[in-house]
Amino acid sequence: MLSQIRPAIVATLFFTLLLGVGYPLVVTGIGRLAFPVQAGGSLIRDAKGQVIGSALLGQNFAQAKYFHPRPSAAGSDGYDASASSGSNLGPLNPDLTARVAKDAAGLAREGRAAIPADALTTSGSGLDPDISPANARRQAARVAQARGLAVDAVERVIVANTAGPGLGVFGQPRLNVLKANLALDAASAGAHPESR
Amino acid sequence: MNAQGWAEIALTIALTLALGWPLGIYLGRVWAGEGTWLDPVLRPVERLVYAACGVKPDKGQGWFAYAMSFLAFSIASFVVLYLILRFQNLLPLNPQGFAGLSPDLSFNTAISFVSNTNWQSYAPEATVSTFSQMAGLTSHNFLSAAAGIALAAAVGRAFAANRSDNLGDFWVDLTRISLYVLLPISLVIAVAYVGLGEPQSLLANVTAHTLEGGKQIIALYPAASQEAIKQFGTNGGGVFNANSAHPFENPNAITNLVEIVSMNALSFGCVVAFGRMVLARKEARALVAVMTILLAGGASAIYAAETQPAPALAAAHAEASVNMEGKEVRFGAPSTAIWAAATTGASDGGVNGMHDSFMPLGGGVALFLIQLGEIIPGGVGSGLYGMVVMALIAVFVAGLMVGRTPEYLGKKVEAREIKYAMLAVLILPLSILGFTAAALVLPVALGGLLNHGPHGLSEILYAYSSATGNNGSAFAGLTANTPWYNATLGVAMLLGRFAYAVPVLAIAGSLAAKPKLGATTGTFPTDGPLFVGLLIGVILIMGGLQFFPALALGPIVEHFQVLHAVAAL
Repeated sequence: MLSQIRPAIVATLFFTLLLGVGYPLVVTGIGRLAFPVQAGGSLIRDAKGQVIGSALLGQNFAQAKYFHPRPSAAGSDGYDASASSGSNLGPLNPDLTARVAKDAAGLAREGRAAIPADALTTSGSGLDPDISPANARRQAARVAQARGLAVDAVERVIVANTAGPGLGVFGQPRLNVLKANLALDAASAGAHPESR
Repeated sequence: MNAQGWAEIALTIALTLALGWPLGIYLGRVWAGEGTWLDPVLRPVERLVYAACGVKPDKGQGWFAYAMSFLAFSIASFVVLYLILRFQNLLPLNPQGFAGLSPDLSFNTAISFVSNTNWQSYAPEATVSTFSQMAGLTSHNFLSAAAGIALAAAVGRAFAANRSDNLGDFWVDLTRISLYVLLPISLVIAVAYVGLGEPQSLLANVTAHTLEGGKQIIALYPAASQEAIKQFGTNGGGVFNANSAHPFENPNAITNLVEIVSMNALSFGCVVAFGRMVLARKEARALVAVMTILLAGGASAIYAAETQPAPALAAAHAEASVNMEGKEVRFGAPSTAIWAAATTGASDGGVNGMHDSFMPLGGGVALFLIQLGEIIPGGVGSGLYGMVVMALIAVFVAGLMVGRTPEYLGKKVEAREIKYAMLAVLILPLSILGFTAAALVLPVALGGLLNHGPHGLSEILYAYSSATGNNGSAFAGLTANTPWYNATLGVAMLLGRFAYAVPVLAIAGSLAAKPKLGATTGTFPTDGPLFVGLLIGVILIMGGLQFFPALALGPIVEHFQVLHAVAAL
């Protein structure tokens, strides 16, 4: 056993430096050169250069003129990007049943179409950037009314911001809420240039 | 359920096998010490490691020396990792200003990453510094994987040997697997991940001012480099709390595919490399068939379960055909189901959806796949030697039926090997059921539950199954960062890794010393459908007999509760 001590210590320290310091720093260097936007978190900035969010992360939207994201269990107010989390509620947990019933009652006032499952459920991360196209379409009338836009214009934003499954087979169709809401703001600015 | 979902599951498994095969051929060359095209760069580094360690690479070790090297390395790794976590506040690259981890959490986490489990009692973005993620956790993602693959190489040499006591050298295996297999492939995957959207940043966080005027603090890490080896080495420890459900760890369907394929490919590759080393390619194909059949069955069962009516949604008269609680829109039911089967069949433990919120049978199948012993296809290396142990038991059972001394791959399997094999596999029920039973009667343990009733039993049973199986995934509603869970889950992880691996090496030593026999007409064939069926039967019956009573009180009774709740609407 004594003869094992030297290789154990030397190997642990050598590989900690190579794999724990060298490797991540090399990837950081390559990432910064080749993919600076992605490496920095796919941040979206406004015209003044201020960060308004990440293209990959959901954020809270409550105003009628925006598409609303899914409910979120990340942090106390939802969409806390420094506290990712699912609800971890089991399928029969009374807290889940009560939360879904309460949210469904609120959404029922927006229209009679069946409520898509993603509109009533929290995601695994609590930071889901997407909603289903059906969820977005169900919100189109509310968004159009709040903005004084034609429903057609909102539908066009939905179509333009919907991505299909990867390679046609992998994953599900989705609409990025933050990008779609930025597109809505742009559409409103185009329709009512005087109100900018 | 729909055709696209089934196609996605089938294509993902097919792609995993298609990539595992060449990977196995390459791994076989690395095990055998043959040249690779990376030699010009890596040979000098390799020689430097041997010189610094004082290792004579051609000498070889017997099983006991090999086991001692493995244990000594694991102890050194544990101590270094414990110190990094415990005192991260004194170390560089802590832009978050996090304090050191508590002693019990440092203990649990250090064992977790050294044993290739990656159980996490903590939320990373609220707990560990950038330095801890890199030098602490990323490096041990490599090293615990390399150690597991080294043990698989030793088992392979035992079957290939003819009256020998040489299983190879642990330090050589560790070094070559890290340098020639894990490092270069992870580097390529990591750069691809950055290109596909995963951050790779040394900053603590960025503050966003949202469109509605709110503030969002976005935590960052060098995520892509950690994610690559987290999946490729079947580690599974998340860079973020939500693991691969977090968009920074798994931004889209393509990263999701790469992450699933890379978490199983090397485990299949170990079987391929084993078959080539032992000159038993047909027998290796039979093992791959067993793994594939059980993996496909598990994924299909979870997909079917997650597309049953979810009671909370059905009660609200909403669209209830997919249980979306805890799932991401970009993945949906099929991507989440195949991931869940792949991560629990392998000992990965990363998740892209929350298992605690799965339907009862979806979570129950994931739990059962862990309890089968992490051999479908299992962790890198550990899946291979776990499956070989099951194969030894299967030929022993077949031998009992016909009254002959069983053989496997040209080695007589006798009482000594079967005793060690049973010693290894009985660790699972002892640790899983023993600790679960204790937790169920202790208020200090029950206080950690989020869900109650049968689902609460599932949370605790899952935790000890995951720790003992060195899986690391969780029914995450359980609050496990308490001294009780940190200590007992730590011990469960130790048992699952080392109390399993040492008997396996003893079997290897015993087999290596025996003569290599040729097949005769009396040899039970271990390469055809009959053996595949027998092995599947042994795996399912052993797993079922041991754990069915506990599963009946957890996921199965909850399933009937769900049926009752939906029918009553």
